[in-house]
Amino acid sequence: MDVPILLLAGTGLARGAIFAAFALALVLIWRAARIANFAQGAMATVSCYVAFHVTALTGNYWLGLAAALVSGAVLGWVVERGVMRFVDRSNPLAAVIVAIGLVMVLTSTLAIAFGADYRPMPAPFPREPIRIGDVAVISPYSLFVLAVVAVLMLALALLFTRTGVGLAMRAAAFAPEVSRLNGVRVDRMRTLGWTLSAAVGGLAALLVIPTELGLNPHAADLLFVYAFTVAIVGGLDSPVGAVVAGLAIGVILTFVTAFAGATFAPIAIVVILLGVLLVRPQGLFAAREARVA
Amino acid sequence: MTTTTTAARAADAGDAPMPSPADAPGPRPRFTATARGRYAVAAAGLVLAIGATFLLDPYRNYLLSLAAAYVCATAGLTILIGRTGQLSLGHAAFMATGAYGFALTSNALAEAGIEGPVLLLVPFLVAVIAATAFGTLVGAAGARLHGPYLAGLTLAIVLALPAVTSTFSGLLGGDQGLYVRTERRPEVLSAVIANEQWQAWVALVAAAIVLVLLAQLGRSPSGIRMQAVRDDTAAARLSGIDPFRVKVQAFAISAGAAGLGGAVLAYVTQAASPGAYGLSFSLFLLVAVVVGGTGTLPGAVWGALLLVLLPEAIAAVTDALPLPDDAVSRLDGNLAVLIFGALLVVIMIAAPRGIQGALVALRGRIRSRTTRTTST
Amino acid sequence: MTQHTTRWIAALGAAALAVPALAACSTPGAAAPGVTEESIVIGTHQPLTGPAAAGYASISAATQAYFDYVNDNGGVNGRTIDYVVMDDQYNPAETQTVVRELVLEEDVFAVVGGLGTPTHSAVLDFLNDNEVPDLFVASGSLAWDQPETYPMTFGVNTDYTREGKILGAYAAEEFADGTFCYLGQDDDFGEDFSAGVLQTLGADFAESQVYTVSNQDVAPQVVAMQSTGCDVAFLATIPGFTALTIGTAAQLGWFPQYITANPGADYPTLAEYLGESAPLLLEGFISSNYLGAAGDDSDEWVQLFRDINDEYGDPDVFNGNTVYGMAIGYLTAEALAKAGENPTRESLLEVVSSGELVGSGVVPLAFGDDSHAGYSGAQLTQVVGGAQLPMGDTAYVTDSGDGPVEVYDGGAAPIENDGIPQG
Repeated sequence: MDVPILLLAGTGLARGAIFAAFALALVLIWRAARIANFAQGAMATVSCYVAFHVTALTGNYWLGLAAALVSGAVLGWVVERGVMRFVDRSNPLAAVIVAIGLVMVLTSTLAIAFGADYRPMPAPFPREPIRIGDVAVISPYSLFVLAVVAVLMLALALLFTRTGVGLAMRAAAFAPEVSRLNGVRVDRMRTLGWTLSAAVGGLAALLVIPTELGLNPHAADLLFVYAFTVAIVGGLDSPVGAVVAGLAIGVILTFVTAFAGATFAPIAIVVILLGVLLVRPQGLFAAREARVA
Repeated sequence: MTTTTTAARAADAGDAPMPSPADAPGPRPRFTATARGRYAVAAAGLVLAIGATFLLDPYRNYLLSLAAAYVCATAGLTILIGRTGQLSLGHAAFMATGAYGFALTSNALAEAGIEGPVLLLVPFLVAVIAATAFGTLVGAAGARLHGPYLAGLTLAIVLALPAVTSTFSGLLGGDQGLYVRTERRPEVLSAVIANEQWQAWVALVAAAIVLVLLAQLGRSPSGIRMQAVRDDTAAARLSGIDPFRVKVQAFAISAGAAGLGGAVLAYVTQAASPGAYGLSFSLFLLVAVVVGGTGTLPGAVWGALLLVLLPEAIAAVTDALPLPDDAVSRLDGNLAVLIFGALLVVIMIAAPRGIQGALVALRGRIRSRTTRTTST
Repeated sequence: MTQHTTRWIAALGAAALAVPALAACSTPGAAAPGVTEESIVIGTHQPLTGPAAAGYASISAATQAYFDYVNDNGGVNGRTIDYVVMDDQYNPAETQTVVRELVLEEDVFAVVGGLGTPTHSAVLDFLNDNEVPDLFVASGSLAWDQPETYPMTFGVNTDYTREGKILGAYAAEEFADGTFCYLGQDDDFGEDFSAGVLQTLGADFAESQVYTVSNQDVAPQVVAMQSTGCDVAFLATIPGFTALTIGTAAQLGWFPQYITANPGADYPTLAEYLGESAPLLLEGFISSNYLGAAGDDSDEWVQLFRDINDEYGDPDVFNGNTVYGMAIGYLTAEALAKAGENPTRESLLEVVSSGELVGSGVVPLAFGDDSHAGYSGAQLTQVVGGAQLPMGDTAYVTDSGDGPVEVYDGGAAPIENDGIPQG
């Protein structure tokens, strides 16, 4: 079989980049609130519906994308202020159950409002590959996805290392008591974490939908699941881990599917998880182990 | 979720039904005495429950069987989370292991012309052994993992279940799964009771066995070792406990209980298929445990009942609502999901320790009030 | 008694009693279930919510619309048809519960058109043990055609193997020099269909790929198929994945001739997934159908169903699922009508196995004493200028074994009495 390896690698990378972006959203919330947000997928789907309608009304993809970011942020804020704030923080499982409840509320509300059918969301760029000579290399849409995720990464890195807010967020996440003593408004930082994370999640879902079946109340369910394993492999605390693991898993899954068959992709995920976690129980880019032990 | 340990500890604190090492029974004789008492109570409860099946129609007996099967799984899961602080999102996979173990054994025995008690009991035994073995493997792989990392691994295992059944579709029947040939109710009974009622008896017995054994475990030295590992791994190690071994043991026991639950489902529904043990079911098991009250066996019972009864109750309410005709097709089903989700949010905010936690707190309040009134 | 033990009693007692005790009688046995002087109750299980619900809800809605039409015109043998639809979310565990509710609580006369292979497989034993007629299961699995093991169960769709044989034979003739490849669902749908195709194709697939519904990225499979120089692609895909495959392939610059199994080949449905580019992408798309195509206005049955849908259904939606739902409704009404003035479960089964039913399809039904398979063949269809129409007047019939593919030119049964079956 004369398979265009480069093209496969390119689509794998682009898919991995989306996993990475969504995993970043999970990492952001984890760092801010120590919650694995099971509602991330459903929340992202809500912002995609907003984007869909904005694009439909204006005919402009970019306005839709902006709307996804904004509505994601608003939703993150609302969920944190309106729901999560009232959840007993001494029991993290309570937050998980509340998130699962939120998933049910959000998806069923979407299904009631817009129906269960898939709606097409066209990509803003063609996916026909750019060729160098005779070799198909990568599609413009894949390039676009990679670029967006790269910009996102850079922006987050700058935020956390170069700005006061970013530093405060890190401090609040890692040492809430000390930060509070130092005048950091820890709960405000937590809200900000939710806001940021939901915006990023909405963006990632918006990127994946054109490559999948379309917009539907469950459109980001699977993205959440894949991204959750990506975040685990990379290390829940580590944005770098999310990106590296996301890209790697995207490429591996693409090759496994093409050569061994789609059936084996989920088995490959278990193997990757086992392989990584047996050696590094806190993920590839784990911070100091002692903190959570 | 890394702080699961604190969560479980919190759930156990105060008036928690699971004994902490401090109030664990010390002297041996007393231990066996309470054990005997527990058997008696469990037997009485079982007789009561079996009696209740006579009041139910076949469909509700079927629902009761489902609840009993779920109890096996939620009880196993709540022990794991509450005792050793290990979070599994993979208990649907252990139930599936039990269901397939049951199906393959039962079919093989039936094929060989074996009937009667052997055909009834041996498949259950094999199911528990299979699930325990699988649980041991996963437990060993996950013993070093904490909170969400273990959750992620076990979640991936649930996701891989359809891949496994379709890879070995010759044996496991692929997406369609397996039909299960089972031992039916004894001839003598078939004139007296419906099949569903007999199945409910089998399911109730299984649930009772799981509850008694897990309650026993809670009081046993093994149970105390588990708690020690959860509370302070380093200290436990210092006092000669092997944390790895204890954690694997807990995982194996928990998986075995879930496996029995899966076997009950296979027996009752006469089918084992990957679609019935998906991720959402696995998450619902966790929901049941937490909403019922993490770490407590009565909580596991509440949670399992909730999984079965709440949708029924919501459907009854939404069916009675005067909905506009054109809205019906969209609301159909979705409204029930919406209400279920909203209830989860409200319950968890109002009662973070779950139903059992709330009941215990309520009783505590009532008692303190009565003490006050009697003393004045 | 200790605190602990009271708690136990409370828990176990509640376990037993919290379930509402409605009926006092737990023993089996009741005669002529679901049939009264005025009505007949039948039930079905369908995915109405959850990730797999998209598109399917319109099937039972169409069946309901057809029954409304029949009921408004006097019903069947003077009885109205009361159709109970249960949502199983395409989850076998839910199917088991809702079908028990239908049989044990709703007391249905028969279960009709239960949708899906994994879902319905999970209730085959229950329905047959309880001797509930299990008619016209909505899937092309071969599992429904086992009269010895499952005497209560009957299919309706042309099974996937039969369809594969017909499409394979066509391709062998029409694209004799083609390079063939295949993408199918990772279950019996894909396996049965590809086995049928390979039986008559006379060639092997240059590349054979599968997909799972839990991964909505088919780019790797498409790239692998494309790289073999494949120019005729067989698909055994559900509608979303048909659209996804065609869309992905187009974006990768690959435009083979598609030959797609009927369950994933309805033009209006695919057009919804593909949006504006649908007419372009689907031009020339080949499939087959055992019912009239939704876009074929020259088909009498389709016209009748469209009229019924305009009056009793949702006039905005008329696609292959609508035609299918109506066809199931018609076949059910026909069976009930012919089952006699006072139908029993026995008389219903008798009439279906007698081979009397004609249905509304373009080929005959295969029902008989030793066959519980539904439609016995199909007519080829192709999308031309944005309309999916039959290719010529010829239909083909075959069996699910190794029998030949034969021409059938009998056409569809004529419509009698405005499509309301008479006893």
